[in-house]
Amino acid sequence: MNRSFGLSEFIYLLAALRWTLLLSLIAFVGGGLVGFVIAILRTTNSRVLRLLTVGYIQLFQGTPVLMQLFLFYYGLAVLYNMQVDAWPAVALAFTLYAGAFLGEIWRGSIQAIPRTQWEASACLSLSYIQQLRFVILPQAMRLSIPPTVGFLVQLVKGTSIAAIIGFVELTRAGQLIVNVTFQPMIVYPIVAALYFAVCWPLSLFSRTLERRIDADLGIKRHL
Amino acid sequence: MPILALNGICKRFGSHVALEDVSLTIESGEVIAIIGRSGSGKTTLLRCINGLEIPDSGKILFDGRPVQHTRAALRALRRDIGIVFQSFNLFPHLTVERNITLAPMVAKGVSLADARQRARDVLRQVDLEDKIDAVPLQLSGGQQQRVAIARSLAMQPRLMLFDEITSALDPELVGEVINVLEKLATEGMTMILVTHEMGFARAAADTIVFMHQGRVWEKGPPSQLFTAPTTAELANFIDAILPVGRVVADGVG
Repeated sequence: MNRSFGLSEFIYLLAALRWTLLLSLIAFVGGGLVGFVIAILRTTNSRVLRLLTVGYIQLFQGTPVLMQLFLFYYGLAVLYNMQVDAWPAVALAFTLYAGAFLGEIWRGSIQAIPRTQWEASACLSLSYIQQLRFVILPQAMRLSIPPTVGFLVQLVKGTSIAAIIGFVELTRAGQLIVNVTFQPMIVYPIVAALYFAVCWPLSLFSRTLERRIDADLGIKRHL
Repeated sequence: MPILALNGICKRFGSHVALEDVSLTIESGEVIAIIGRSGSGKTTLLRCINGLEIPDSGKILFDGRPVQHTRAALRALRRDIGIVFQSFNLFPHLTVERNITLAPMVAKGVSLADARQRARDVLRQVDLEDKIDAVPLQLSGGQQQRVAIARSLAMQPRLMLFDEITSALDPELVGEVINVLEKLATEGMTMILVTHEMGFARAAADTIVFMHQGRVWEKGPPSQLFTAPTTAELANFIDAILPVGRVVADGVG
């Protein structure tokens, strides 16, 4: 018999939104750590490190995230010779995927800082680490805010792909509700609205942050 | 003993010879102005002195000891040799005070209180005490360049290098930077300047070095070089850059 969409179904969606947010958070934090290391290594003078990091980035940017999910999901299953929970597979896959993109975004931000900033700080006797910490990264961070938040928004929406391997996040929960209610034109708009409710404030936050930093730098922008 | 001695410095960029057998010494307290056409190797020479460029051959002695190009040796060298660039290169995300206190604190281990005191002192030297809390983008070009000089002075260097530091400034702002340089010179700072400000070079420098095609073409006190150049190249250069230069120099000399 048919259930119709009601409060309990809405609460079910909200509960699933938790997993979307948690997966996004894990991927963003884990990917941020990976990406930070990648960005720094890609800007060093070592050819070997640069090649390794370029390889990593190309691999994860050049293949669909769904393939990565499949490979980690079935790969872990083969490795442990048993059916595995979807959690470790999606967490790992999205972390490495985010790491590649964030690494590339941050590398670009670091390289956008003029060479003269490196020179001026070197001439003041700062070490490489001190140059990064006090001169280069603070400026690179300002530049990286819009693309980083832009990617985070993509990431939140992108986690919906995890539905395909049966990970119950917001999109998968929507499918399940549709299966019992047969009301896709009610359920999916609500699912979409929930995604929007998460992503829109992120974009607003990004703009606020940029403006605050501009004010600190004494930049006046015409809005 | 000279504080800095360059001996037979050569530097190539690909097939372009930037410096050819350059030798030069500077005594403590001396002010040397390097003049010459663009592309004559002036800036490359300056950059070789503090290790921004590594010479292909030749020797650099600072304080009698050969300059090494390891990271640690360069950091030590740069605690003693300051440089100011044409384009200021202040750190735009930091206040004037932090621009100045950063290097003494992290590279020399100076305490915050001492670094702040130093910042006030050097800002007074360049007459910008009231801008201590400003950020670079709020300052004019001339003010930014004076902060850059102060930032370098806060490291208490024994030798200062200035690389065409007035060339990027609007004409009306050149004077305030020149004033600071003149003050430093009279206070006894050892300085090497690459400059196009012939009036300043003539008034403040002990020695003028004219570079041409990567070589030290002529060298001597300003009174001699500006009034009686011995090479046609220097005579042409003076005529080109200062149509009335030699007349004025005659009047002064």
